[in-house]
Order: sequence, then C-alpha cells, then structure tokens
Amino acid sequence: MLVIPCPHCGPRGEIEFSYGGQAHIARPKDPEKVSDAEWADYVFLRDNTKGVFLERWCHVHGCRRWFNVARNTVTYEILAAYDAGAKPPKLDYETQV
Amino acid sequence: MTQSFRLPEGGLIDRDRRLGFRFDGRDYMGYAGDTLAAALLANGVHLVGRSFKYHRTRGILSAGAEEPNALIQLGEGARSEPNLRATQIELIDGLEARSQNRWPSLSFDIGAFNNALSRVLPSGFYYKTFMWPASFWMKYEYVIRHAAGLGEAPRGRDPDHYDKTFAHCDVLVVGGGPAGLAAALAAGRAGARVILAEQDSDLGGSLLGTNGTTIDGQPAAQWIAAARAELAAMDQVTVLTRTLAYGYFDHNFIAMVERVTDHLGEKPGHLPRQRLWKLRAKQVVLATGAIERPLVFADNDRPGIMLADACRTYVNRYAVRSGNKAVVFTNNDGGYTAALDMAAAGVNVRAVVDLRANPEGPATERAEAQGLHIMPGSAVVGTSGEKRVKQVRVGRVDPGSGRALAVSETLDCDILAMSGGWSPALHLFSQSRGKVVFDEALGAFVPGDPAQGAHSAGACNGAFGLADCLAQGHAAGRDAAKDAGCKPGRDGARAPEAENHGFLPAQWAWEVPSDKPPGRGGKAFVDFQNDVTANDLRLALREGYHSIEHVKRYTTTGMGTDQGKTSNVNAIGIVAKTMGREIPEVGVTTFRPPYTPVTFGIFAGRDVDGLLDPVRKTPIHSWHEQAGAAFEDVGQWKRPWYFPKPGETMHQAVNREVKAARDSLGIMDATTLGKIDIQGKDTAEFLNRVYTNAWSKLAVGRCRYGLMLNEAGMVIDDGVTARLGENHYLMTTTTGNAAPVLAQLEEFLQTEWPDMEVFVTSVTEQFATVTIAGPNAKPLLRELAADLDLSTEALPHMAIAPGRVAGIDARIARISFTGEMSYEINVPASCGLALWHALMTAGAKYDITPYGTEAMHVLRAEKGFIIVGQETDGSVTPIDLGMDWIVSKKKDFIGKRALSRPDMLKPDRKQLVGLLSENPEEVLPEGAQLVERVLPKPPMPMIGHVSSSYHSPNLGRSIALAMIKGGQARMGQTVLAPLADGTTVTCKVVSPVFLDPEGTRLND
Ligand SMILES: [Zn+2]
Repeated sequence: MLVIPCPHCGPRGEIEFSYGGQAHIARPKDPEKVSDAEWADYVFLRDNTKGVFLERWCHVHGCRRWFNVARNTVTYEILAAYDAGAKPPKLDYETQV
Repeated sequence: MTQSFRLPEGGLIDRDRRLGFRFDGRDYMGYAGDTLAAALLANGVHLVGRSFKYHRTRGILSAGAEEPNALIQLGEGARSEPNLRATQIELIDGLEARSQNRWPSLSFDIGAFNNALSRVLPSGFYYKTFMWPASFWMKYEYVIRHAAGLGEAPRGRDPDHYDKTFAHCDVLVVGGGPAGLAAALAAGRAGARVILAEQDSDLGGSLLGTNGTTIDGQPAAQWIAAARAELAAMDQVTVLTRTLAYGYFDHNFIAMVERVTDHLGEKPGHLPRQRLWKLRAKQVVLATGAIERPLVFADNDRPGIMLADACRTYVNRYAVRSGNKAVVFTNNDGGYTAALDMAAAGVNVRAVVDLRANPEGPATERAEAQGLHIMPGSAVVGTSGEKRVKQVRVGRVDPGSGRALAVSETLDCDILAMSGGWSPALHLFSQSRGKVVFDEALGAFVPGDPAQGAHSAGACNGAFGLADCLAQGHAAGRDAAKDAGCKPGRDGARAPEAENHGFLPAQWAWEVPSDKPPGRGGKAFVDFQNDVTANDLRLALREGYHSIEHVKRYTTTGMGTDQGKTSNVNAIGIVAKTMGREIPEVGVTTFRPPYTPVTFGIFAGRDVDGLLDPVRKTPIHSWHEQAGAAFEDVGQWKRPWYFPKPGETMHQAVNREVKAARDSLGIMDATTLGKIDIQGKDTAEFLNRVYTNAWSKLAVGRCRYGLMLNEAGMVIDDGVTARLGENHYLMTTTTGNAAPVLAQLEEFLQTEWPDMEVFVTSVTEQFATVTIAGPNAKPLLRELAADLDLSTEALPHMAIAPGRVAGIDARIARISFTGEMSYEINVPASCGLALWHALMTAGAKYDITPYGTEAMHVLRAEKGFIIVGQETDGSVTPIDLGMDWIVSKKKDFIGKRALSRPDMLKPDRKQLVGLLSENPEEVLPEGAQLVERVLPKPPMPMIGHVSSSYHSPNLGRSIALAMIKGGQARMGQTVLAPLADGTTVTCKVVSPVFLDPEGTRLND
C-alpha cells in the first residue's frame, strides 16, 4: 500500500485515494473535428509505461481534490505530486527506469 | 501416559502448571510453556502425520515456523482451524488436536497405497493426468483428493471476533532474538518510536534453545530479562510477542497478525481472538533469524529424523529428550552442538556422522574432547523403521568419486538429528523487493541491497556468531533510528558482547552421496510437505523444465503451506548441480506473503454483519416499519418495496398500490434519490456539457429531465434538475448513482473545466422527499399548502416553487415518474416524518395509499420510462432507448462524439421496445432471452432480452420492456422467449409506452 503525498493534506495511505489513470490526457477541444480513431484513442487508449508514469489520483476520503503524481511503476517510488493542470516537474525520466 | 521423555529438571516450562490435552483421541499431559510438539515429544509421540502424496509416516521435524510435517487441525466445527504447526501451537489445558493428513487413521492409512504406486506418481503427476483420458483422472481424483487433503475448512461461520488496527512507527524490529533485541534497544535509546514484533510467545529467539550462553558476562536469560525490562520502561517502545510480521509491502507497509487469546485457557470475551496490524514504519530492522536445512538422503523422512538444532531446542527450552538413542548427521560444525546438548541431557549419542573428511571447528573439538564417536567422511545412506526410525546405514564417502561406498556400519537409534547448514529467513526482505545474493562460504542466500528502508541484522543477514548478531543488531537499530530522523541519543553504548562462532566450517552437499545409483535405494526427500524427491527434480529437468520457477511449479517443490522454508535451497542446489551450473545462475524462486498461513478472520475484522456496510434509512423509515413494509436494498439504502396489508401477497399488495396511484392517490418516500445542489454563474453551461439536452434556456422555477452519458456515449444516469434561482440548481440522480455522479461532476470541474465557476454539494441527506401521485394529489396539496397557487398557469408540469406544506418550509416540484399528476415535496430531513404524517392524515379521505419501489416500477413501466441499470447496462445509448428527442444536435456534451461512431449507427443495435405476451396472464421472467426461431436445443441465435416485466393491474395484463436488435423496426412482429423450463412464450413487439401515450393524465 502506497503512501501518497496529497498536495493539500500531506502524506496519506493509499486507501484514502482513488486512482484516475494516466494524467495529461486533454479532452479534444472540438470533438467533432477529430477522427473516430483519434476519439477512440482519447477515450480508450492509455500508455502502459515501465518507469516514470504521470498519473491522476483523487483524495476521495480526504480533501476530494484531484492531483497528479509522478510514480515509478517499477519501484513504486513516488517522485513528485503536483496540482491538476500544472506542468509536470522536471524529472530524469530515462534514468529512473 | 507419562511424560517419560521429560528431563527431570531444566527448560523454560512451568512445572507447576500441568496441562491436559488430547491428540487424535488420546489424552496426554504437558506443561505450561510447551508447544504441542514439545508436549507430544515429552510423551514419546513422533508420528504426527502422513505425507501429502505418498502418505508416508511423518514426524516432527523442527521446533518452529518452518515445520513441514506436523500440521494440525485444532478445535471442532466452526472453531476448527487447519494447517497449524504443532511446533508453534502453545499448549493450553484441554487442547483438542488432530493430525490432519490421514485417512482413515494415522497408523493405518489407506493412502499409503500411493507410496506403493509411486512409480505412477512422478513429478508433474497432476499435469500429466490432465492429459490422460478424462475418465482416468476422475477415477484417481476421488481417492487422491480424499486422501491427500491438507486439513479441513471449518464448518459454519467463525464464532470468534477479530480486530484490525493501524499503527505507525519510526522503527519496526521484526524478530526478538539477540539481533532484534539489540536493535530495539539501540533504536529505543535513540528516542525512536519502536515496535518490536516477535512471533514466539517470548523474547529471546535462538537464545531460548541454547544452554550456557552468556552475553556481557551474564547468562543469556538474564540479559533477555534486562532487555525486556529496559524496553518496557521506554514509553515510545511497544513490544508485541505472539505477533507475526507476515507480509512486507510497498512503502514500508508491513502486515502483522497478533495472537491475542489463542494461548489462553479462559478467553476474555472483550478481547479479539487475533488482531491484524497494518503498520507503516519509517524504517524496518529485519532480524528474522535462520532456518536449519535438512540433509537429502535415502528415506530421510521417517518419524524420529529431525533437524539437529530442533533436538537441541527441545532439550534446552522444553526439557525434552527427543529419544533415547541418537545418531547425529551433519555437514557442519553446528551439528556437534546439538550432539553435545543431547548427550548432556542423557541421550545416548551413538555417533556423529560427518560428511566432512576432516571435521573441525570449536564444537567438533569439544565433542572430540568429550569422547563422542565421530565418523568423518561418512554419510547416512539409508534408514529403516516404519513408524519411527530404527536403524541408519552409514557408508564412507569416497573422496575420488564423491560417491558413498558400501555400508560400513549399521547403527540402531530412535533419533537421527541432521544438519545441512542454515538458510537465512529472507522472506520479508524478498517481499520488500530486495534482491538476494548467494554467499558461497555460507552456502546460502543472503540479503543484497534493500529496495526499501530495510536493515537486515543477525542470522537473516548471514551473521551466525552471537557477537556478530548483537553487533549487527545494535548497528541496524542505531542506523534505522537515524534514517527515521531521530537524533542519536546519549547512548554511545557499545553492542553487547558475547562469544562468536556460528555453524561453520561446513562442506556443502545438496544431495548426500549414496551407495546406489540416483533414484534407487529409497526416496531422498527435498520437500517433505509436497513429497518432492531429488529424483523428481531431476525428472523435471530431463523433461525440459529449466527455469527454477518452472521446476517449482511442475514438481510443486517449495509450494504448500510451508512455502519451502526447509527445502528451497537444497532444491536449487540439486537443480544447479544437475544442470552443471552455479547456484546464482539458477536463482531463487519468489517469496510470497504470508510467511506462515493466517486466518481469514483477521481480514474481515469487525466488518461483519451489521458493520459490514453502512445501512442508510430515510427519516420516514420508522413509519414504514410500523406499517409492515417489506424492504428492498438499493445500494446502502433500505427502501420500502411494498406495504402488504394483513393476509395480502406481494402481488396483491403491489396491484392495490398501483391502482391506487392511478385511481385516487398514492404516496411514496423518494428521499433516497440523489440530490446535488449546484451553484455558480457557469452552472447552465456546465449542465449543457454533462447532460445530452440543452439547459441554457431553462427558466427559474422550471425543471428538466436529463440523460447523462460517459465519453463512450453510453447512458450512465438520468434525473430531473430544477432551476431554483439565477445561479442555483438542484440535480437529482438515481438512488444508486448519487455518489458516482457527484464524483464525476467534481472530476470534470477540477480537471477538464477548472475555469468554470460551479460548486457541487451533495444534499441527499439534508432533504426528505415525498411524492404524492394520482388524480387526488392536487386536491390534497391544495388543502395542505393553502398559500401556494397550484394552478397550471402558476405551477405547470415540470415546475418547482417554494412554499409551506402543512406548515413546513418546502420545495414543491410538479414532476412525474408515474404518468399521473404528481408532486415531489422536499422538506428539511428533520421534518420528513412530520410531513408524511400530515399527508397521511389529510389524505385519508382519498384513501391515500403508500406505495413502494415495486409499484413505482410498474407505474413507470406502464409509461415506458426507463430505469438506468435495468433497461441500460453500460452499453446502451439514448438512441437505443428511442430518446433521440433529448439529444441536442447543436451543442457538445460528454459522450456526444461517440454517438457518431459507425458502430452506433448500426441498424441491428439493441433497442428499447415493449413486449406483450400472447397470453396476457403470462409474466415473462426478467432476463429472458429472445429469439426469432426456437431450435431443438441451445445455442440458438439470440436477438435480445427482457429488461423489465410486470403484471399491470391498470391494463389488466402483463407488460414487458425489452432490448432487441433492431427493435424499433420490428414493431408488430412476433418474437419468442424460450424459458428454462422448456416452454416458449410468444410475444408481440409493441411501443414501450403502454398507457396514456398523449400524457393527458398529467393535466387537470
Ligand atoms: Zn487531500
């Protein structure tokens, strides 16, 4: 069970959170203009990264805020937590793997 | 029976407390402080089980958690528990224990026929039988399953209760032996919040099984007592005995189980039987000790063949001689310590058979000095004795060939104590994802670099000398405290001091040299619990399994409840040797939690019965109960299902309720509908985006029905939203979806449209909602809300207004889920019951009739209104439901883009239709599959299913809703519903709106 650093509440056990999948997937601005394939990609397809992965968490049993986490999917080390909508911090994505 | 193998004095037992216990129906005596295994051995009982596959007689092998043979079923009925190790069960008065792997009895075991048939039970037996004709397997299965079980599951529900607790600490020390105690002392003195967890009933670890050991110049027992006292005096230190750390998970999360009352004769009712500790430690010190390895030779599994150090522990800790005449068989100096302690306890040690050509080491020298008969360069090549070892055959090892020569000596004995070296207990370290490395000198795997904040110390770290254990423990405790952020205290204390020799020197032989060709001359067991022999491993390799993980699965070595604690390293050694590879190349198999089996009860904890899940009741619940309502669970809510009058069946009650709502007046508690208060200047635009229809033009005081989709275009919720003010809305959701919808709205607002000024708040529990429906709804409301203008001009269908009803502040919405003129009255939750009473009293003249969810379902089905989750299943679009009218063509909304995917436009998508069975009395079962043609037997092409089905009292016949492929184009056609009972129902496809399609009943 992970310890997740909520940017608003501090470190808490994973049972207080729900997972939201890959971060930084923007909803297409004009959905009618994208192809079926692009739409399917937006709705269904996500990366399956070995290494540093930017993912969304929601502190559902706490402040109920969504935020993003940079987590190494190999070691489960959490390298950063930052607000939803913020740019991801500079990380050495290669050497973390 | 007398305890004829109990020594007259010594041991850590309480001779003043004699305890009676029963094993396999016979009564015995033991002492407080005994384990079941110790008490059995004190009574001369070795035979405690039959082996898993061959049903060979097996005895107690060890004195600890690693025990593979002595698996015990404790207790009866619901309290029965299987797979407990006799070596860990603390003796209590009246203990009822049974050997578990025997059929029909321990001494006469029909399963032993497997032993005679062993040539057809090779490794991979189970896999191979699956490839034989099925009938062949069926024949074997009965006997094998019956005979080879590992204990029985308890019958009935667990009558005991369990607790769970969370804890945090700076330093967790796992293991209360010398290294763990030194670590806990060092960390505690540095001010760290320490938890020390010891699985045994007492602190001391390996020290408890020794004799004459001193630390800092005092007897070990005194040093342990002083350590215990010092730890107890530190407020921030918690010592947990009988507590097993069984799993090491991510981010230093450790799961532990504490046995709270298992060891008590009288069990206080207020205490849980066991407690699950969910522990988060900043740093962990692993001081988990080591496990002695058996030697692999022919017929090494007879009762009386034990681990050497276990024999020593039984003598020193429990004052029990394992037998009268012992042969010790070792490949290391440590085996001699056991020989010496047994000899000192009066056991006739016939010989020490030593694989080493030149035995050396401090214990060896002491044994020589005491005149023990030492047989260097020799091997036990076979044993005999059915229920107890009687004889061992010893051969000289030929240094040239590495094989044993013909038997040089045959020794009578009733104990064969063996030592094949020691394996550090790496389980927790490995679970923490730490990599292990092979140490050639130790002949064992030791911890490599830790993956988390773990510090290994003592025997689990390959330090077998007592001084090294203490020094490593001291350093690990100090470092862990420092890494946890504690400032080094006044301490400066040095590590405790002691003599320092381990079990080396040793000479490794993963399989003992034999005088027979490999695989002949008896079975050489590697894994006792799974009955895997050295030959089975070789067979697996010959059959092409080369990865150690594959060999493990194919032979089952290292599996079972002991997870190969005594067998893994020997198995890896034999595989490596057979393949001509080095052990590190072969690698280790994965260690998985739990370290030893744990009971399911700890995971349930108190989350059983009424505490399993919250029960939600409306403020009107007490009235429903008094009225004799039958309740239905909707999510966590209790909702009245129907209100039977005395003598009424459910069918009669529902019919009466449905007719009342159409003919006069019905009343329903709708409090459970999800209610979300939405405010902010961007709310209308927000609703535009989350619902399929347009909201910009909804006037204040008006309501609108909305469908909510996911981005895949599928319906996920529906409900009515009212505009209460300029920037103030009240959304209702389905009862079951209130929380997910709120979460979804929050997610959109935070992640997709953070610039929108919209605030969403759940108010489900702040309001009680009562629906009155039927032709007399308006007259009743007019009477109770005299101030309110109920004219259609002032409050038309789909309008909402504030007002007072029966003197209670309320919001009154004229909306309808029944097709009748109906009002939803929202009042503060605390006034819900008062409102209900007022409506019931004033409505008496209209024969006001409470109706439940079943009548509500019938009423809405008569109107063809869907229920999300009943007509829909996550694969249904608004178009499929024939609700194109609610889908905006102009604006974007969640799920819109998906509706233009080619798959959504297929004409054969399942679509909502009504169904009328040919026989109006026939009510189709919900879920019935629909076909065009009935074939003689399944499978037959299915075109859809019945989603809702009822008897409609208003129509005087059955009605159903169904999802059928291309349903909207099938109007008037016939479809068939073949039922499970073999009959077929013929149905006509019709419009889903059965009653009042023009909606005239909504008007005055
Ligand atoms: Zn938070």
